[in-house]
Amino acid sequence: MQPRRFERLIEFLLLAAAALSVFTTAGIILVLAVETIEFLREVSIVEFLTGTEWTPLFANRHFGVLPLVAGTLLVSGIAMLVALPMGLLAAVYLSEYAPDGVRRLVKPVLEVLAGVPTVVYGYFALMFVTPLLQRVFPQMSGFNALSPGIVMGIMILPLVSSLSEDAMRAVPSGLREGAYALGATRMQTALQVVVPAAFSGITAAFILAVSRAVGETMIVAIAAGQQPRLTANPFVPLETMTAYIVQVSLGDTPQGTLEYRTIFAVGMLLFLMTFGLNLVSTWLRERFREEYS
Amino acid sequence: MKHRADLAFRVVAMATLVVALVTLGALIIDVMADGAGRLSWQFLTSLASRRPEDAGIYHALAGSIWVIVLTGLFALPLGVASAVYLEEYGTASRLARFIEINISNLAAVPSIIYGLLGLGLFVRTMNMGRSVLAGACTLALLALPVVILSTREALRTVPKSIREASYALGATKWQTIWYQVLPMAFPGILTGLILSLSRAIGETAPLITIGALTYIPFAPDSVWSPFTVLPIQIFNWVSRPQAAFKENAAAGILVLMALLLAMNAAAVFLRDRFQQQGRS
Repeated sequence: MQPRRFERLIEFLLLAAAALSVFTTAGIILVLAVETIEFLREVSIVEFLTGTEWTPLFANRHFGVLPLVAGTLLVSGIAMLVALPMGLLAAVYLSEYAPDGVRRLVKPVLEVLAGVPTVVYGYFALMFVTPLLQRVFPQMSGFNALSPGIVMGIMILPLVSSLSEDAMRAVPSGLREGAYALGATRMQTALQVVVPAAFSGITAAFILAVSRAVGETMIVAIAAGQQPRLTANPFVPLETMTAYIVQVSLGDTPQGTLEYRTIFAVGMLLFLMTFGLNLVSTWLRERFREEYS
Repeated sequence: MKHRADLAFRVVAMATLVVALVTLGALIIDVMADGAGRLSWQFLTSLASRRPEDAGIYHALAGSIWVIVLTGLFALPLGVASAVYLEEYGTASRLARFIEINISNLAAVPSIIYGLLGLGLFVRTMNMGRSVLAGACTLALLALPVVILSTREALRTVPKSIREASYALGATKWQTIWYQVLPMAFPGILTGLILSLSRAIGETAPLITIGALTYIPFAPDSVWSPFTVLPIQIFNWVSRPQAAFKENAAAGILVLMALLLAMNAAAVFLRDRFQQQGRS
C-alpha cells in the first residue's frame, strides 16, 4: 500500500510541474489584463487603438498607439522582405540541392547566426550597417527603420530556413521521383512540386517568423530611435512597441501612474498579436503533419 | 535552356547562403576591430565608471553568472519534472495534450512579455524587488519551454528494453524512471540545459523590463542584491554618445561571446562523451 501511495504522490508532483506552464500563460494574461483594464479606465479604448499621436511622457499627453504599431510593422516588414525569400531559397538549396558535406558545414553556421544575442545584432546594425547604408542613401538618419529591419531579417533567416527545410524534407520522395520521371529539372521539381506540397509547413514557418520580428526588442531599441512617428519612410527615426516598453522601463517613471500602465497596455497588444500568429502557425503545422502521415 | 535556368537558380540559392555567411563574418570582424584593443585584465576586473577608460565589466559579468546559475537551478528540476510527466505518464491524456500546446505557444511568446510578467508577479506581487532572484525566476520561466523540449528528446533516446527489463525485475514506474531512465538520459538533459542557458544569458529585454539597473557600481553578494548583466551593460554603453563607450560595448560583446562559446563547447563536449558511452 505504501509504495503505491508514493507513486501516486510522485505522479501528482510531476503533473504540478507540467501544469506550471499553464499557470505561466495564465499569469501573463492576468498581469497584462489587470494593468490594461486600469489603463483603459482613464483612456478610452477607441483613443488607444485609433489615435495617431503617442506622447504619454509629454505634458500634452496623447495615447494613440498607432505610431508604435506602424513602426513595428514597418521594421518587421523590412525584416520579412529579407528573411522570407532568402530563408526559402536557402531551405530549397539545403533540402533539394546541397550535398551532405555542404549541409554539414552550413547548418552549424546558421545555428550560430540564430544564437548571437540580439543586443549584439543591435550594435552591428547601429555601428556597421547604418554607416554602410548612409553611403548609399546620404539622406538617411543615424536612427532609422531600414538598418535594424535588414539586420533583423538576417537574424530570423535561420528560423525560416530550418523550419521550411524540415517541411520540405517531410514531403514524400515519391512525389519528387514522379516529377523527375516526367522529365522535370531539379528546379521545376523543387519549385512546382516540393514547395507547393510543403506549402502549409512553409507558411507556418513564415508566420512564426513574423511573430518573432514583431516581438524583437533590442535591435530596434538600439538602432531605430525613440521617436513614435506614423510614417512609412524607412530613413527616419521611429519607435516600435517593444522599444517603447524598454524606454519606459529604463526611465524612472513611478509605479502606479498612467504612464507606467501604458507599457502593460502596449504589452497586451503585443501579446495578442504574437499569440494570434503563433496559434495560426501551430494550426498550420498540425494540418501539414496530417497531410503526410 | 531548361538546364541553364536550373543552374541560375542554383547559383542564386547558393548566393543567399553566402550572404548569410558573409554577414556573420562581417559582424565578428567588426566587433573584434572595435573592441579587441579595449580588452584587458583591467577591463575584466574593474567596476562601472563614468569615465570610459576606467570602466570595466566585472560587476556585469558577476551579475550574469549569479543570474544564470540560479536560472539553471530553477529550470532544471521543473523542466525535467514536466518532461518526465509528458513523456512517461500523460502521453495520451487530453490534459497532457493541452499542456503540450501551451508549452509550444509559450516558446514563441516574445521575451519582453516575460519581462512584464516578472515585473508584475515577482518584483511587485511577490515583493522580490529588482533583485537577482526576481531576474532568475523570470529567465527560468523563459527558458523552461526549451528545457522541457530538449529533456523530452533525451528521454526518448533511452531504449524501451531498459524500461521493460526494470519492470521485469519488479521495479515500480517511478523506480524505473529514477534509477534507470534519468541517469541514462542525464548527459543529454544537461546538454539541453546548457544550450538553453546560453540563450538566456544573452537575453536583455526581460531583465531591463523587470528593472535591472544599468548603473551598478558593485557586484551582487546575495540573491537579494540589485544587479546588472552583460547584455544590459553593453546596451547601456551602446546608447551613450561618446565613441569611447562604444569601444567598451564592443569589448563587452567579446566577453559575452566568449562566455557563450565556452558554454556551447561544454555542451558539445558533454554530447560527444554521452554518445561514446552509449556505444560501448
